[in-house]
Amino acid sequence: MKKRKPAGAQTLFRVLIAVALLAFAVTILVPVGWAFLASVKKNSEFYGNPWALPEGFYFQNFIDAFEKANMGAYFLNSVIVTALGLALLLAVALPAAYVLARYRFRGRRVLNVAFMAGLFINVNYIVVPIFLMLVGGNELVGDAVFTNNRFVVALIYAATALPFTIYLLSGYFATLPRDFEEAAYVDGSGYFRTMAQVILPMAKPSIITVILFNFLAFWNEYIISMTLLTDDAVKTLPVGLMNLMKAQNAAAEYGQMYAGLVIVMLPTLILYILVQKKLTQGMTVGGIKG
Amino acid sequence: MDKQKGRGRFAFFCVAPAVLLFLLFMIVPTVQVFWYSLFKWGGYSAEGKTFVGLQNFQKLLTDARFLKSFQNTVLLIVLVTIVTLAFALVFAGILTREKIRGQTFFRVIFYIPNILSVVVIAAIFNAIYDPNQGLLNSILGLFDSLKEDPVLWLGDRRTVVYSIAGAMVWQAIGYYMVMYMAGMAAVPESLYESAALEGSGRVHQFIHITIPLIWTNIRTTLTFFIISSINLSFLFVRAMTNGGPDGASEVFLSYMYQQAYTNSSYGYGMAIGVVVFVFSFALSAVVNAVTRREPLEY
Repeated sequence: MKKRKPAGAQTLFRVLIAVALLAFAVTILVPVGWAFLASVKKNSEFYGNPWALPEGFYFQNFIDAFEKANMGAYFLNSVIVTALGLALLLAVALPAAYVLARYRFRGRRVLNVAFMAGLFINVNYIVVPIFLMLVGGNELVGDAVFTNNRFVVALIYAATALPFTIYLLSGYFATLPRDFEEAAYVDGSGYFRTMAQVILPMAKPSIITVILFNFLAFWNEYIISMTLLTDDAVKTLPVGLMNLMKAQNAAAEYGQMYAGLVIVMLPTLILYILVQKKLTQGMTVGGIKG
Repeated sequence: MDKQKGRGRFAFFCVAPAVLLFLLFMIVPTVQVFWYSLFKWGGYSAEGKTFVGLQNFQKLLTDARFLKSFQNTVLLIVLVTIVTLAFALVFAGILTREKIRGQTFFRVIFYIPNILSVVVIAAIFNAIYDPNQGLLNSILGLFDSLKEDPVLWLGDRRTVVYSIAGAMVWQAIGYYMVMYMAGMAAVPESLYESAALEGSGRVHQFIHITIPLIWTNIRTTLTFFIISSINLSFLFVRAMTNGGPDGASEVFLSYMYQQAYTNSSYGYGMAIGVVVFVFSFALSAVVNAVTRREPLEY
């Protein structure tokens, strides 16, 4: 016979659990939802009860954020830096991870250990030396080409993402059976073609994971961007949002600030919702079994 | 023979770009942090650089603002780790063990803070903590007479670090919950069944089956907690208070950044970086050693 708790305690337990879960869900959904509502409020509506619903749909906030606060240009900069960073990262990390996982050569162990150690180096520690290095580079060529350069920042993003990306990808490559490559070589395929047309397509799920994680990291990053992209023409969205937060404190420009906040957060939320669906559908890897 | 050569060349060209980037933007700057910490260096140019040995580190010992940042960092590591760990474990336990409607819903919602930029979270929490029109004070105002004397969450020296800890916990719970859920899903159902047969309740099962069996998992995340608390506290402080009011919320890396970048005392700033580096590794090692247990087989 199974010992059972009395029905009362059982129900109470379930109610407590539900309350705890709901409470935390509320503390996430309410502030995020509130920020969306605040982004369509007029400035005058920010005095008084913060819980009041917007009186109307004041879209002017978004126009102001895009034009007056320059968020339109910053948005483009964020897109450029993020896309370029991802492209560079994949171009560099995929071949490296493939070779590190599947080729035996001298120095392979050292490289693997070095990239593993890189997992513990955080950009926050090294942002100042990187800045000094770029300033030194400017002096060397006698022109400020390295600072305020979106390509350089994309390159740094790619470099700092390398350890994690190589770790993740080579972990996957190592699980593939040798049969694939041997079959390709027998068919007369070269090393590069074997990698590009046989192995990489199979790694698609891992590549998507890499893109997702690093998209979020690059899009949301602000320390490197704040330090290396100081010209108004090249600033990225999170830095623009920080400017808007300061402007809100100084000039009480509330509506514009929340519009800016929504502009920064919306792409990540949309991506998250899409991916969530894809994840629940389940991504399965093709290829031979056993 | 020729084939072997081609193979080597291919491997070289695949690895070289990654190694080059990694050396240039990760290894060299890291070495520079240690090297520059031995110099007194103000201004961009290399001319203003003089070797001072360990003087920067000596100065740190008597720098009241650095000691304050040390204290705040340790407080945040301890506070954020304990609170996040507790919530994340309990939520993960509930979502994997209990038959609750809307499990996916909760998992998806709880993870949301993790995909937001820290700047976005900072802006949201500024709205929550605002003394006059803030969400938190308006809720507290319902219960008592705080209205006359609003709490200055981010403006008061005594509350500012706790307010930042609140934002950090809010951001971290979902992430760690998902990590623990992965570990808990691997615990075989049969263990719970036999425990239930012997009359063990849910809470008892959680403490005596779930926690011991995902202990390795928890240990790994403790290292994460230390490293990420140090890093994230910088991002949060920089976006929420910039160290204020009057240095009361300064943490390790925000003080380093302030000294090195804003104040142009590169050598001094890098000395702080070295201390933080060593501190985080030492603390991780200690925590790792203290939490070592025989791994349980199941």
